[in-house]
Amino acid sequence: MVLTAVAIILLRDLFAAVMLWGIFSLLSAGLFVVMDAVDVAFTEAAVGAGISTVLMLGTLTLVPTREKATDRHFQLMPLLICVLTGAALIYGTLDMPAYGEADAPINKHVANYYIRESPRESLIPNFVTTILASYRGYDTFGETTVVFTAGIGVMLLLGGKAKRRGGPSAAPPVKAGAGDDDDHGGAMATAAASASREDAS
Amino acid sequence: MKHHIIVRVISKFLIPFMFLFALYVQFHGDFGPGGGFQAGVIFASAIALYTLVWGLDRAEQAFKPRLIEILIATGVMIYGGTGLLCLFAGGHLLEYRALVEPGHPQHGEHLGIGLVEFGVGITVTAVLTGIFFAFVRRGRT
Repeated sequence: MVLTAVAIILLRDLFAAVMLWGIFSLLSAGLFVVMDAVDVAFTEAAVGAGISTVLMLGTLTLVPTREKATDRHFQLMPLLICVLTGAALIYGTLDMPAYGEADAPINKHVANYYIRESPRESLIPNFVTTILASYRGYDTFGETTVVFTAGIGVMLLLGGKAKRRGGPSAAPPVKAGAGDDDDHGGAMATAAASASREDAS
Repeated sequence: MKHHIIVRVISKFLIPFMFLFALYVQFHGDFGPGGGFQAGVIFASAIALYTLVWGLDRAEQAFKPRLIEILIATGVMIYGGTGLLCLFAGGHLLEYRALVEPGHPQHGEHLGIGLVEFGVGITVTAVLTGIFFAFVRRGRT
């Protein structure tokens, strides 16, 4: 995984970087399986290695596939900031309990209740689903709304409707409509200009 | 990529199974790993594969942009509607046990979770497909 990550940073060819990114996601999905988080691994494999690689490739059709060459002279300040931040983060993890420790705060809070009670309360064996959809129903509703908003946003940004009408089959009516709009705009601009001229006089 | 015969044959063979697997993940999320989100992503991946092989025009014939726009909102409405249904049935918002007659809270939970997961699946499928189509359409012009 570390090798893949370093390779992604060093690579100048964006196509290879995207592919390695997918492999990196797949490897982290494997890591999640090893840590018994099957649901997270599933999501990582489907989203990280699957659809986001495809979306990245879709982006690559819009941009050049080579990274612009930058001057590679040695810069001290960014290196210092990176090393300091990394050291601070690692120092922060020193306080954390060991992985899987029974006394860890995460195992003392509501997790026990969920594991004990959710099969009884909902008859659903997979309590990850119960937590996500029932105990944390509001959060999941929020997430769905976020996905909804993101979809609307991207479709607006990438011009869903206007582009579609601009296709070869429907070109003439759009042309006419655009012309009309321009005329209106022009007329309004002329009117505004004459109005301001009157004001000035 | 229509002229690559291997890609065409293999994708034709795989896509139905991808859809089937997505449906399995969607409705089996109660018993195994998975759920609406993952199912939606797999569904969208299958549509993306179809688009890559057969081109945007044929994909848009099967999944009309208008339909995708409607489905994006439908999923959220199914989720919110389930919540409101619980409210009207006398419970709190998203309190699924109110959905069925009293005495079977587990069945209510099961039904409610199934419904909201379905809503999540629809929204995620539609959003990802819509985003993918938008990228492809943008790249073409």
